[in-house]
Amino acid sequence: MPVFYERKQLVTPGDLLAENDYFAGENTHKENGKIYATRVGLVNYEEKRVYVVALKSFYVPMVGDTVIGKVEEVTLGGWIIDIKAPHLAMLRASDALERPFKPQKDDLPSLFDVGDMIIAKIVAYDRTRDPLLTVLERGLGKITRGQIIEIMPTKIPRVIGKQGSMISMLKQETGCQIAIGQNGRILINGKTPDDERLAVMAIRKIEQEAHTTGLTDRVTEMLREEKGEKEVVKSEAKENRKTD
Amino acid sequence: MRQKKIEKLIDEKEIRIDGRKLNDLRPTKIEVGVLGNADGSAYIEQGKNKILAAVYGPKEAHPKHLALPDRAALRCRYHMAPFSVDERKSPAPSRRELELSKVIREALEPSIFTEYYPRTSIDLFIEVLQADGGTRCAGLTVASVALADAGIPMRDLICACAAGKVEGHLVLDLNDYEDKGGDADMPLAYMPTANAVTLLQMDGILSGEEFEQVVKMALEGCKQINQIQKEALRAKYVVAKEIETEKEVEAGEE
Repeated sequence: MPVFYERKQLVTPGDLLAENDYFAGENTHKENGKIYATRVGLVNYEEKRVYVVALKSFYVPMVGDTVIGKVEEVTLGGWIIDIKAPHLAMLRASDALERPFKPQKDDLPSLFDVGDMIIAKIVAYDRTRDPLLTVLERGLGKITRGQIIEIMPTKIPRVIGKQGSMISMLKQETGCQIAIGQNGRILINGKTPDDERLAVMAIRKIEQEAHTTGLTDRVTEMLREEKGEKEVVKSEAKENRKTD
Repeated sequence: MRQKKIEKLIDEKEIRIDGRKLNDLRPTKIEVGVLGNADGSAYIEQGKNKILAAVYGPKEAHPKHLALPDRAALRCRYHMAPFSVDERKSPAPSRRELELSKVIREALEPSIFTEYYPRTSIDLFIEVLQADGGTRCAGLTVASVALADAGIPMRDLICACAAGKVEGHLVLDLNDYEDKGGDADMPLAYMPTANAVTLLQMDGILSGEEFEQVVKMALEGCKQINQIQKEALRAKYVVAKEIETEKEVEAGEE
Protein backbone atom coordinates (compact mmCIF):
# COMPACT_ATOMS: atom_id res chain seq x y z
CA MET A 1 0.00 0.00 0.00
CA PRO A 2 2.79 2.47 -0.67
CA VAL A 3 2.18 6.11 -1.43
CA PHE A 4 4.82 8.12 -3.17
CA TYR A 5 4.02 11.72 -2.35
CA GLU A 6 3.14 13.75 0.70
CA ARG A 7 -0.17 15.54 1.00
CA LYS A 8 -0.43 18.82 -0.90
CA GLN A 9 2.61 18.12 -3.04
CA LEU A 10 2.45 19.31 -6.61
CA VAL A 11 2.16 16.53 -9.16
CA THR A 12 2.12 16.48 -12.96
CA PRO A 13 0.37 14.09 -15.40
CA GLY A 14 1.96 10.66 -15.29
CA ASP A 15 3.28 10.92 -11.73
CA LEU A 16 2.80 7.62 -9.86
CA LEU A 17 0.76 8.44 -6.76
CA ALA A 18 -0.10 5.12 -5.15
CA GLU A 19 -0.31 1.41 -5.70
CA ASN A 20 -2.86 -1.37 -5.26
CA ASP A 21 -5.27 -0.84 -2.39
CA TYR A 22 -6.13 2.76 -3.08
CA PHE A 23 -9.15 4.02 -5.01
CA ALA A 24 -8.57 6.37 -7.92
CA GLY A 25 -10.27 9.68 -7.07
CA GLU A 26 -10.62 12.92 -9.03
CA ASN A 27 -8.02 13.66 -11.68
CA THR A 28 -6.31 10.29 -11.29
CA HIS A 29 -6.30 7.11 -13.31
CA LYS A 30 -5.71 3.52 -12.26
CA GLU A 31 -3.87 1.15 -14.54
CA ASN A 32 -2.43 -2.27 -13.65
CA GLY A 33 -3.00 -1.54 -9.98
CA LYS A 34 -1.06 1.73 -10.14
CA ILE A 35 -2.66 5.15 -9.74
CA TYR A 36 -1.32 8.05 -11.80
CA ALA A 37 -2.15 11.75 -11.84
CA THR A 38 -3.95 12.99 -14.98
CA ARG A 39 -3.72 16.74 -14.34
CA VAL A 40 -1.28 19.20 -12.78
CA GLY A 41 -2.34 19.81 -9.19
CA LEU A 42 -1.99 19.05 -5.49
CA VAL A 43 -2.22 15.41 -4.48
CA ASN A 44 -4.14 14.40 -1.38
CA TYR A 45 -4.78 11.10 0.37
CA GLU A 46 -7.98 10.45 2.29
CA GLU A 47 -8.47 7.07 3.96
CA LYS A 48 -8.32 4.79 0.96
CA ARG A 49 -8.81 7.40 -1.74
CA VAL A 50 -6.15 9.33 -3.59
CA TYR A 51 -7.13 12.39 -5.59
CA VAL A 52 -5.64 15.50 -7.17
CA VAL A 53 -6.97 19.03 -6.74
CA ALA A 54 -6.33 20.36 -10.23
CA LEU A 55 -4.66 23.74 -10.82
CA LYS A 56 -6.67 24.22 -13.95
CA SER A 57 -9.71 22.36 -15.24
CA PHE A 58 -12.93 23.11 -17.07
CA TYR A 59 -16.58 22.48 -16.28
CA VAL A 60 -18.05 19.10 -17.21
CA PRO A 61 -21.87 19.16 -17.27
CA MET A 62 -23.85 17.08 -14.80
CA VAL A 63 -27.58 16.41 -14.84
CA GLY A 64 -29.28 18.55 -12.21
CA ASP A 65 -26.69 21.33 -12.21
CA THR A 66 -27.84 24.94 -12.37
CA VAL A 67 -25.78 26.84 -14.93
CA ILE A 68 -25.50 30.37 -16.27
CA GLY A 69 -25.20 30.39 -20.04
CA LYS A 70 -25.07 32.75 -23.00
CA VAL A 71 -27.30 32.39 -26.03
CA GLU A 72 -25.11 31.77 -29.06
CA GLU A 73 -27.67 30.96 -31.72
CA VAL A 74 -31.43 30.87 -32.27
CA THR A 75 -32.54 27.82 -34.25
CA LEU A 76 -35.86 26.57 -35.59
CA GLY A 77 -36.81 24.65 -32.46
CA GLY A 78 -34.90 26.41 -29.74
CA TRP A 79 -31.60 27.95 -28.75
CA ILE A 80 -27.93 26.97 -28.59
CA ILE A 81 -26.33 28.03 -25.33
CA ASP A 82 -22.67 28.40 -24.36
CA ILE A 83 -22.20 27.07 -20.82
CA LYS A 84 -18.39 27.19 -20.77
CA ALA A 85 -18.12 23.43 -21.23
CA PRO A 86 -16.56 21.29 -23.98
CA HIS A 87 -20.04 20.99 -25.51
CA LEU A 88 -22.60 23.62 -26.38
CA ALA A 89 -25.97 23.06 -24.73
CA MET A 90 -29.45 23.04 -26.28
CA LEU A 91 -32.57 24.68 -24.96
CA ARG A 92 -35.64 23.43 -26.79
CA ALA A 93 -38.64 25.67 -27.19
CA SER A 94 -40.76 23.13 -25.31
CA ASP A 95 -38.47 23.53 -22.30
CA ALA A 96 -38.85 27.31 -22.32
CA LEU A 97 -42.56 27.84 -22.99
CA GLU A 98 -45.32 26.73 -20.65
CA ARG A 99 -47.71 26.11 -23.52
CA PRO A 100 -46.96 23.95 -26.59
CA PHE A 101 -44.70 25.56 -29.16
CA LYS A 102 -46.37 26.92 -32.32
CA PRO A 103 -43.84 28.09 -34.94
CA GLN A 104 -46.36 30.37 -36.61
CA LYS A 105 -47.31 32.19 -33.43
CA ASP A 106 -44.21 32.04 -31.21
CA ASP A 107 -41.22 34.21 -32.09
CA LEU A 108 -38.21 32.71 -30.36
CA PRO A 109 -35.83 35.71 -30.49
CA SER A 110 -38.37 37.80 -28.58
CA LEU A 111 -38.04 35.35 -25.71
CA PHE A 112 -34.25 34.91 -25.71
CA ASP A 113 -32.06 36.57 -28.32
CA VAL A 114 -28.42 36.03 -29.25
CA GLY A 115 -26.22 37.45 -26.50
CA ASP A 116 -28.76 37.11 -23.68
CA MET A 117 -27.62 35.47 -20.45
CA ILE A 118 -29.88 32.88 -18.87
CA ILE A 119 -30.00 30.73 -15.77
CA ALA A 120 -30.99 27.19 -16.65
CA LYS A 121 -30.89 23.65 -15.35
CA ILE A 122 -29.37 20.62 -17.06
CA VAL A 123 -32.02 17.96 -17.59
CA ALA A 124 -30.15 15.48 -19.76
CA TYR A 125 -26.55 14.73 -20.65
CA ASP A 126 -24.86 11.58 -21.90
CA ARG A 127 -21.97 10.62 -24.15
CA THR A 128 -24.10 10.56 -27.26
CA ARG A 129 -25.76 13.98 -27.06
CA ASP A 130 -25.06 17.57 -26.11
CA PRO A 131 -26.46 18.72 -22.74
CA LEU A 132 -30.17 19.64 -22.69
CA LEU A 133 -31.40 22.57 -20.63
CA THR A 134 -34.69 23.80 -19.21
CA VAL A 135 -35.84 27.15 -17.82
CA LEU A 136 -39.27 25.99 -16.68
CA GLU A 137 -38.52 26.13 -12.98
CA ARG A 138 -38.57 28.79 -10.31
CA GLY A 139 -35.53 31.04 -10.41
CA LEU A 140 -34.63 30.14 -13.98
CA GLY A 141 -34.92 32.28 -17.09
CA LYS A 142 -33.41 35.34 -18.70
CA ILE A 143 -31.04 37.48 -16.65
CA THR A 144 -32.15 41.09 -16.83
CA ARG A 145 -30.02 42.85 -14.23
CA GLY A 146 -27.00 42.46 -12.02
CA GLN A 147 -23.43 41.50 -12.75
CA ILE A 148 -21.93 38.16 -13.66
CA ILE A 149 -18.46 37.13 -12.61
CA GLU A 150 -16.55 34.04 -13.64
CA ILE A 151 -14.44 31.88 -11.36
CA MET A 152 -12.90 28.43 -11.74
CA PRO A 153 -15.67 25.80 -11.57
CA THR A 154 -13.70 23.79 -9.02
CA LYS A 155 -13.95 26.65 -6.50
CA ILE A 156 -17.75 26.83 -6.66
CA PRO A 157 -18.28 24.33 -3.79
CA ARG A 158 -16.16 26.61 -1.58
CA VAL A 159 -18.31 29.61 -2.44
CA ILE A 160 -21.36 27.61 -1.35
CA GLY A 161 -19.70 26.26 1.79
CA LYS A 162 -20.72 23.40 4.06
CA GLN A 163 -24.53 23.23 3.94
CA GLY A 164 -24.56 26.66 2.33
CA SER A 165 -22.79 28.39 5.22
CA MET A 166 -20.55 30.60 3.05
CA ILE A 167 -23.18 31.68 0.54
CA SER A 168 -25.78 32.54 3.21
CA MET A 169 -23.17 34.60 5.05
CA LEU A 170 -22.32 36.44 1.83
CA LYS A 171 -25.95 37.19 1.09
CA GLN A 172 -26.48 38.45 4.61
CA GLU A 173 -23.35 40.63 4.86
CA THR A 174 -23.65 42.21 1.43
CA GLY A 175 -27.44 42.32 1.14
CA CYS A 176 -27.13 41.03 -2.42
CA GLN A 177 -29.00 38.29 -4.23
CA ILE A 178 -26.46 35.76 -5.41
CA ALA A 179 -27.21 32.97 -7.89
CA ILE A 180 -24.52 30.36 -8.42
CA GLY A 181 -23.94 28.50 -11.68
CA GLN A 182 -22.06 25.23 -11.29
CA ASN A 183 -20.20 26.12 -14.48
CA GLY A 184 -18.23 28.84 -12.72
CA ARG A 185 -20.47 31.84 -13.37
CA ILE A 186 -22.07 33.77 -10.49
CA LEU A 187 -24.86 36.35 -10.78
CA ILE A 188 -24.81 39.17 -8.23
CA ASN A 189 -27.75 41.53 -7.72
CA GLY A 190 -27.30 44.26 -5.16
CA LYS A 191 -29.31 47.29 -4.09
CA THR A 192 -26.32 49.54 -4.79
CA PRO A 193 -23.16 49.13 -6.92
CA ASP A 194 -21.13 49.27 -3.69
CA ASP A 195 -22.91 46.21 -2.29
CA GLU A 196 -22.21 44.36 -5.51
CA ARG A 197 -18.56 45.40 -5.35
CA LEU A 198 -18.31 43.94 -1.84
CA ALA A 199 -19.76 40.65 -3.01
CA VAL A 200 -17.31 40.49 -5.94
CA MET A 201 -14.39 41.20 -3.59
CA ALA A 202 -15.47 38.46 -1.23
CA ILE A 203 -15.87 35.91 -4.01
CA ARG A 204 -12.45 36.73 -5.46
CA LYS A 205 -10.93 36.24 -2.03
CA ILE A 206 -12.63 32.87 -1.68
CA GLU A 207 -11.32 31.88 -5.10
CA GLN A 208 -7.74 32.77 -4.12
CA GLU A 209 -7.80 31.08 -0.72
CA ALA A 210 -10.16 28.19 -1.37
CA HIS A 211 -7.72 25.63 0.01
CA THR A 212 -7.22 27.34 3.40
CA THR A 213 -9.16 26.82 6.64
CA GLY A 214 -11.20 29.33 8.60
CA LEU A 215 -12.07 31.08 5.36
CA THR A 216 -15.70 31.80 6.22
CA ASP A 217 -14.66 33.76 9.30
CA ARG A 218 -11.94 35.67 7.47
CA VAL A 219 -14.31 36.66 4.68
CA THR A 220 -16.94 37.79 7.20
CA GLU A 221 -14.31 39.89 8.94
CA MET A 222 -13.10 41.43 5.69
CA LEU A 223 -16.64 42.33 4.65
CA ARG A 224 -17.39 43.91 8.02
CA GLU A 225 -14.17 45.93 7.91
CA GLU A 226 -14.94 47.17 4.41
CA LYS A 227 -18.45 48.13 5.41
CA GLY A 228 -17.16 49.80 8.60
CA GLU A 229 -14.70 51.92 6.60
CA LYS A 230 -17.45 52.98 4.26
CA GLU A 231 -19.60 54.09 7.19
CA VAL A 232 -16.69 56.24 8.42
CA VAL A 233 -16.20 57.77 4.96
CA LYS A 234 -19.92 58.46 4.69
CA SER A 235 -20.15 60.20 8.06
CA GLU A 236 -17.02 62.25 7.26
CA ALA A 237 -18.63 63.34 4.02
CA LYS A 238 -21.72 64.33 5.98
CA GLU A 239 -19.58 66.36 8.41
CA ASN A 240 -17.82 68.15 5.54
CA ARG A 241 -21.11 69.08 3.98
CA LYS A 242 -22.41 70.45 7.28
CA THR A 243 -19.42 72.71 7.72
CA ASP A 244 -19.50 74.02 4.12
CA MET B 1 22.86 34.79 -47.03
CA ARG B 2 25.28 32.06 -48.02
CA GLN B 3 26.09 29.40 -45.46
CA LYS B 4 29.75 29.03 -44.59
CA LYS B 5 31.07 25.59 -45.34
CA ILE B 6 31.99 23.91 -42.07
CA GLU B 7 35.18 21.90 -42.32
CA LYS B 8 34.69 19.53 -39.40
CA LEU B 9 31.67 18.99 -37.20
CA ILE B 10 33.48 17.10 -34.45
CA ASP B 11 37.13 17.60 -33.55
CA GLU B 12 39.79 15.20 -32.27
CA LYS B 13 38.79 15.77 -28.65
CA GLU B 14 35.20 14.74 -29.51
CA ILE B 15 33.90 18.27 -28.97
CA ARG B 16 31.16 19.51 -31.27
CA ILE B 17 31.00 22.87 -33.01
CA ASP B 18 28.87 24.39 -30.26
CA GLY B 19 31.23 23.14 -27.57
CA ARG B 20 29.08 20.19 -26.47
CA LYS B 21 30.28 16.68 -25.78
CA LEU B 22 28.81 13.83 -27.81
CA ASN B 23 26.21 13.03 -25.18
CA ASP B 24 25.14 16.54 -24.20
CA LEU B 25 21.68 18.00 -24.69
CA ARG B 26 21.46 21.60 -25.81
CA PRO B 27 20.58 24.00 -22.95
CA THR B 28 16.81 23.79 -22.68
CA LYS B 29 14.27 25.93 -20.90
CA ILE B 30 10.48 25.79 -20.93
CA GLU B 31 7.98 28.41 -19.79
CA VAL B 32 4.33 27.59 -19.13
CA GLY B 33 1.24 29.73 -19.68
CA VAL B 34 2.77 32.41 -21.90
CA LEU B 35 -0.32 33.18 -24.01
CA GLY B 36 -3.42 34.81 -22.54
CA ASN B 37 -5.93 33.83 -25.23
CA ALA B 38 -5.23 30.11 -25.50
CA ASP B 39 -6.61 27.55 -23.02
CA GLY B 40 -3.07 26.24 -22.56
CA SER B 41 0.31 27.37 -23.83
CA ALA B 42 4.05 26.87 -23.45
CA TYR B 43 7.31 28.15 -24.92
CA ILE B 44 10.59 26.29 -25.35
CA GLU B 45 14.13 27.37 -26.08
CA GLN B 46 16.45 24.50 -26.93
CA GLY B 47 19.81 25.77 -28.14
CA LYS B 48 18.80 28.22 -30.85
CA ASN B 49 15.35 26.68 -31.31
CA LYS B 50 12.49 28.93 -30.21
CA ILE B 51 9.08 27.32 -30.39
CA LEU B 52 5.63 28.30 -29.15
CA ALA B 53 2.71 25.91 -28.57
CA ALA B 54 -0.94 26.81 -27.99
CA VAL B 55 -3.92 24.58 -27.17
CA TYR B 56 -7.63 25.29 -27.54
CA GLY B 57 -10.28 22.93 -26.24
CA PRO B 58 -11.88 20.56 -25.73
CA LYS B 59 -14.57 22.50 -27.53
CA GLU B 60 -17.36 22.01 -30.02
CA ALA B 61 -15.92 20.64 -33.27
CA HIS B 62 -16.12 23.07 -36.18
CA PRO B 63 -16.64 21.78 -38.91
CA LYS B 64 -19.02 19.17 -37.51
CA HIS B 65 -18.09 16.44 -39.94
CA LEU B 66 -14.63 16.19 -38.38
CA ALA B 67 -16.10 15.24 -35.02
CA LEU B 68 -15.60 11.64 -33.84
CA PRO B 69 -18.56 9.93 -32.13
CA ASP B 70 -16.63 8.33 -29.30
CA ARG B 71 -13.71 10.63 -28.59
CA ALA B 72 -12.22 14.09 -29.02
CA ALA B 73 -10.53 14.81 -32.35
CA LEU B 74 -7.00 16.13 -31.93
CA ARG B 75 -5.98 18.57 -34.65
CA CYS B 76 -2.39 19.64 -34.88
CA ARG B 77 -0.69 22.29 -36.98
CA TYR B 78 3.10 22.44 -37.04
CA HIS B 79 4.21 25.59 -38.82
CA MET B 80 7.49 27.40 -39.34
CA ALA B 81 7.38 31.18 -39.35
CA PRO B 82 8.84 32.78 -42.52
CA PHE B 83 11.60 34.33 -40.38
CA SER B 84 12.50 31.13 -38.55
CA VAL B 85 15.21 30.09 -41.00
CA ASP B 86 18.09 31.66 -42.92
CA GLU B 87 16.28 32.02 -46.22
CA ARG B 88 12.69 33.27 -45.92
CA LYS B 89 10.37 30.32 -45.80
CA SER B 90 7.07 30.72 -47.63
CA PRO B 91 4.17 30.84 -45.14
CA ALA B 92 2.20 28.23 -47.08
CA PRO B 93 2.27 24.76 -45.47
CA SER B 94 4.99 22.68 -47.08
CA ARG B 95 4.92 18.90 -47.46
CA ARG B 96 7.35 18.62 -44.59
CA GLU B 97 5.10 20.69 -42.31
CA LEU B 98 2.11 18.54 -43.23
CA GLU B 99 4.08 15.41 -42.43
CA LEU B 100 5.31 16.76 -39.11
CA SER B 101 1.78 17.89 -38.19
CA LYS B 102 0.63 14.33 -38.74
CA VAL B 103 3.40 12.55 -36.87
CA ILE B 104 3.23 14.96 -33.94
CA ARG B 105 -0.52 14.46 -33.66
CA GLU B 106 -0.07 10.69 -33.71
CA ALA B 107 2.66 10.92 -31.10
CA LEU B 108 0.56 13.00 -28.67
CA GLU B 109 -2.82 11.32 -29.09
CA PRO B 110 -2.07 8.19 -27.00
CA SER B 111 -1.30 10.38 -24.01
CA ILE B 112 -4.63 12.24 -23.98
CA PHE B 113 -7.86 10.83 -22.54
CA THR B 114 -9.75 11.69 -25.70
CA GLU B 115 -12.50 9.20 -24.88
CA TYR B 116 -13.67 11.49 -22.04
CA TYR B 117 -14.90 14.15 -24.50
CA PRO B 118 -16.69 12.64 -27.51
CA ARG B 119 -17.66 14.87 -30.44
CA THR B 120 -15.33 17.68 -29.42
CA SER B 121 -12.07 18.87 -30.89
CA ILE B 122 -8.76 19.81 -29.31
CA ASP B 123 -6.77 22.20 -31.49
CA LEU B 124 -3.01 22.33 -31.10
CA PHE B 125 -0.75 24.88 -32.75
CA ILE B 126 3.03 24.63 -32.84
CA GLU B 127 4.76 27.69 -34.22
CA VAL B 128 8.51 27.60 -34.83
CA LEU B 129 9.89 31.10 -34.37
CA GLN B 130 13.54 30.16 -34.83
CA ALA B 131 14.77 26.81 -36.15
CA ASP B 132 18.09 25.08 -35.61
CA GLY B 133 17.48 21.38 -36.12
CA GLY B 134 15.35 19.03 -34.03
CA THR B 135 12.27 21.23 -34.20
CA ARG B 136 9.84 18.32 -34.37
CA CYS B 137 11.18 17.00 -31.06
CA ALA B 138 11.20 20.37 -29.34
CA GLY B 139 7.75 21.08 -30.80
CA LEU B 140 6.39 17.80 -29.45
CA THR B 141 7.92 18.43 -26.04
CA VAL B 142 6.46 21.91 -25.72
CA ALA B 143 3.07 20.82 -27.13
CA SER B 144 2.73 18.20 -24.43
CA VAL B 145 3.37 20.82 -21.76
CA ALA B 146 0.80 23.15 -23.35
CA LEU B 147 -1.79 20.35 -23.23
CA ALA B 148 -1.10 19.86 -19.51
CA ASP B 149 -1.38 23.62 -19.00
CA ALA B 150 -4.83 23.58 -20.62
CA GLY B 151 -6.05 21.20 -17.93
CA ILE B 152 -6.72 18.41 -20.40
CA PRO B 153 -6.47 15.04 -18.62
CA MET B 154 -3.45 13.06 -19.82
CA ARG B 155 -1.95 9.66 -19.10
CA ASP B 156 1.52 11.17 -19.14
CA LEU B 157 3.68 13.87 -20.66
CA ILE B 158 5.37 13.01 -23.95
CA CYS B 159 9.02 13.95 -24.22
CA ALA B 160 11.02 13.87 -27.45
CA CYS B 161 14.67 13.98 -28.39
CA ALA B 162 16.78 13.17 -31.45
CA ALA B 163 20.03 11.24 -31.62
CA GLY B 164 22.12 10.22 -34.58
CA LYS B 165 25.50 9.77 -36.18
CA VAL B 166 27.83 12.56 -37.22
CA GLU B 167 31.23 11.94 -38.80
CA GLY B 168 31.25 8.42 -37.44
CA HIS B 169 30.39 9.45 -33.85
CA LEU B 170 27.05 8.70 -32.20
CA VAL B 171 25.64 11.97 -30.83
CA LEU B 172 22.62 13.28 -28.92
CA ASP B 173 20.39 16.22 -29.93
CA LEU B 174 21.66 17.24 -33.35
CA ASN B 175 21.62 20.88 -34.34
CA ASP B 176 21.01 22.09 -37.88
CA TYR B 177 24.61 21.77 -39.11
CA GLU B 178 24.93 18.27 -37.66
CA ASP B 179 21.59 17.23 -39.11
CA LYS B 180 22.43 18.46 -42.61
CA GLY B 181 26.08 17.37 -42.61
CA GLY B 182 25.78 14.17 -40.61
CA ASP B 183 25.25 10.50 -41.42
CA ALA B 184 21.94 9.87 -39.63
CA ASP B 185 19.31 11.73 -37.58
CA MET B 186 16.72 9.84 -35.55
CA PRO B 187 13.96 11.75 -33.70
CA LEU B 188 12.19 9.75 -31.00
CA ALA B 189 9.23 10.53 -28.72
CA TYR B 190 8.67 8.67 -25.47
CA MET B 191 5.90 8.17 -22.90
CA PRO B 192 7.68 7.33 -19.60
CA THR B 193 4.90 5.62 -17.61
CA ALA B 194 3.98 3.26 -20.41
CA ASN B 195 7.65 2.89 -21.36
CA ALA B 196 6.43 3.35 -24.92
CA VAL B 197 7.81 5.05 -28.01
CA THR B 198 5.19 7.16 -29.80
CA LEU B 199 7.33 8.64 -32.58
CA LEU B 200 10.30 7.09 -34.34
CA GLN B 201 11.71 8.35 -37.61
CA MET B 202 15.10 8.12 -39.20
CA ASP B 203 16.88 10.00 -41.91
CA GLY B 204 20.22 8.45 -42.95
CA ILE B 205 22.10 5.18 -42.57
CA LEU B 206 22.83 3.24 -39.40
CA SER B 207 23.93 -0.33 -38.84
CA GLY B 208 21.78 -2.56 -36.63
CA GLU B 209 24.14 -2.15 -33.66
CA GLU B 210 24.46 1.60 -34.13
CA PHE B 211 20.68 1.87 -34.26
CA GLU B 212 20.25 0.15 -30.91
CA GLN B 213 22.84 2.43 -29.32
CA VAL B 214 21.27 5.54 -30.82
CA VAL B 215 17.84 4.52 -29.51
CA LYS B 216 19.33 4.15 -26.04
CA MET B 217 20.93 7.60 -26.27
CA ALA B 218 17.69 9.20 -27.45
CA LEU B 219 15.75 7.57 -24.59
CA GLU B 220 18.24 8.96 -22.08
CA GLY B 221 17.85 12.38 -23.67
CA CYS B 222 14.06 12.04 -23.44
CA LYS B 223 14.23 11.27 -19.74
CA GLN B 224 16.25 14.44 -19.14
CA ILE B 225 13.75 16.45 -21.16
CA ASN B 226 10.90 14.96 -19.11
CA GLN B 227 12.45 16.38 -15.93
CA ILE B 228 12.65 19.81 -17.53
CA GLN B 229 8.97 19.57 -18.53
CA LYS B 230 7.90 18.69 -15.00
CA GLU B 231 9.99 21.48 -13.49
CA ALA B 232 8.43 24.01 -15.83
CA LEU B 233 4.89 22.96 -14.85
CA ARG B 234 5.81 23.09 -11.17
CA ALA B 235 7.46 26.50 -11.52
CA LYS B 236 4.18 28.03 -12.61
CA TYR B 237 2.52 26.80 -9.44
CA VAL B 238 5.30 28.11 -7.21
CA VAL B 239 4.77 31.61 -8.60
CA ALA B 240 1.03 31.33 -7.95
CA LYS B 241 1.73 30.08 -4.45
CA GLU B 242 4.13 32.98 -3.73
CA ILE B 243 1.48 35.51 -4.69
CA GLU B 244 -0.99 33.70 -2.43
CA THR B 245 1.36 33.59 0.57
CA GLU B 246 2.16 37.29 0.13
CA LYS B 247 -1.55 37.99 0.32
CA GLU B 248 -1.96 35.82 3.40
CA VAL B 249 0.96 37.59 5.11
CA GLU B 250 -0.61 40.95 4.26
CA ALA B 251 -3.92 39.76 5.66
CA GLY B 252 -2.16 38.54 8.81
CA GLU B 253 -0.43 41.86 9.36
CA GLU B 254 -3.64 43.83 9.21
